[in-house]
Amino acid sequence: MSDKLFVAHAPHMRKSESIAGIMWRVNLALIPSGLVALYIFGPAALWVMATGVLAAIGTEAFIQKGRGQKVTVSDGSAFMTGLLVAYNLPAHCPLWVAAAGSIFAIAIAKQAFGGLGRNIFNPALAGRAFLMAAWPKYMTTFTKPFVYDAVTQATPLSLMKEGKASGVVDLGLSYWDLFIGNRGGSLGEVCILALILGAAYLLYKGIITWHTPVSFVATVAVFMWAFGSPEGFFKGDALFQVFSGGLVLGAFFMATDYVTSPVTKKGQVIFGVCCGLLTGVIRRWGGYPEGVCYSILVMNAAAPLIDRFVQKRRYGAA
Amino acid sequence: MNRLWKEFTKGIFRENPIFFIVLGLCPTLAVSTSLSNAIGMGLAATFVLVCSNAIISLIRNVIPDKIRIPCYIVVIATFVSIVEMVMKAYVPALDRALGIFVPLIVVNCIIMGRAEAFASKNPVLVSAADGLGMGLGFTLALLVVSFIRETFGSGKIAGLSISNSFEPALVLALAPGALFVLGLLIGGIRWIRSLRSY
Repeated sequence: MSDKLFVAHAPHMRKSESIAGIMWRVNLALIPSGLVALYIFGPAALWVMATGVLAAIGTEAFIQKGRGQKVTVSDGSAFMTGLLVAYNLPAHCPLWVAAAGSIFAIAIAKQAFGGLGRNIFNPALAGRAFLMAAWPKYMTTFTKPFVYDAVTQATPLSLMKEGKASGVVDLGLSYWDLFIGNRGGSLGEVCILALILGAAYLLYKGIITWHTPVSFVATVAVFMWAFGSPEGFFKGDALFQVFSGGLVLGAFFMATDYVTSPVTKKGQVIFGVCCGLLTGVIRRWGGYPEGVCYSILVMNAAAPLIDRFVQKRRYGAA
Repeated sequence: MNRLWKEFTKGIFRENPIFFIVLGLCPTLAVSTSLSNAIGMGLAATFVLVCSNAIISLIRNVIPDKIRIPCYIVVIATFVSIVEMVMKAYVPALDRALGIFVPLIVVNCIIMGRAEAFASKNPVLVSAADGLGMGLGFTLALLVVSFIRETFGSGKIAGLSISNSFEPALVLALAPGALFVLGLLIGGIRWIRSLRSY
């Protein structure tokens, strides 16, 4: 690639940013959530994470080698995909499920489209959607926190969906429990505190901007407040909806993926709002209890369209 | 004779309607969930293809050019009706499994395509050989796709369960699985062909 670039006359602007630098910083930002998952769900979570990461890196290296390309697993992007696939899994799911998800994410969702920067859909979410369709049994059996054994517990959102609970109090939880991750759920999504720590680091470093995540989360909050309760308008529990499910993980770490989301600021706000609306619709009226994954995947497909739509027309151009 | 053989074999490998011409994907994606569906669909389409190619080739000189497509459709629909009635009478289970896709053979791209591109320009025997080859090529492709989908998607081979050794991935039995399998197969075949051309 670099030999095709034309080098212009000085003065040049220099930037020390590189793909590897950004990717490894995102991985660093994901670490608190992983450590907390280890604390909440025990060593099983570690094996799932390790399998996801190793399978992703192995697949990427194997395909790049096979295609005669430079092997770029050290840039951290395969590491990130594998880790995010694992974060989307229940802590006690079989390890081969984690491996299958990572292999699908890298081989089909990323490399089949041409590799880094060319994929239409977020690879980690595509991997999760594949696993949901392939082995739904393992993807919906969640582990009870702080038991360190395969004791199952449904997620707050699925209990609400099945009508077994209508509020946080019914669930026997407080908002604080939801905030620190004392609930059933995917291993990387439960602790909002750890996710926000990581997200704050990325925002501080300028790797992500507030546009997509804030508009995403705010839209879900407003939508669920307005329509979330069967008892009437504006009676939904917005805070509960923001703290449960994979919303924070999805909004800060997956909807902000450079490759699959709009590049313009205005586009990112539209992207976030649409993701939020779709999530709300799926949570409230859809068949699944959680809709973050599918809403981001659907909007991934629309990202180029959004960018084209918001681009300013240059004066004099047709 | 040599020409007949050439027109017959091209549909099976060199110009396989699914893997190389990429026509007739709708039934391929929809009914390739089990081997029995694949055989039923493949043979039904092959029968229609051979007969319609032969008839269209026979009347190719009297069909007015401007209304040739409606003429093809009338000929094809005749044979599809025969197939459908025979299926309903003798293999009702297969008829139920294939459902709307039997009547839809009328507008199958492969059959229309062969009528337009081949039968309307070539003599009867050659057209029939072309139809037979294309039909068997279609059947072969259906068999390959449905074997993979049935084995890994529902854990069965021709209806017999083999799934105690592994967990079948439901997604392969669903619509996205058909697209994954077909896409990977076409990619793999093109890759093998690119190796041979070096």
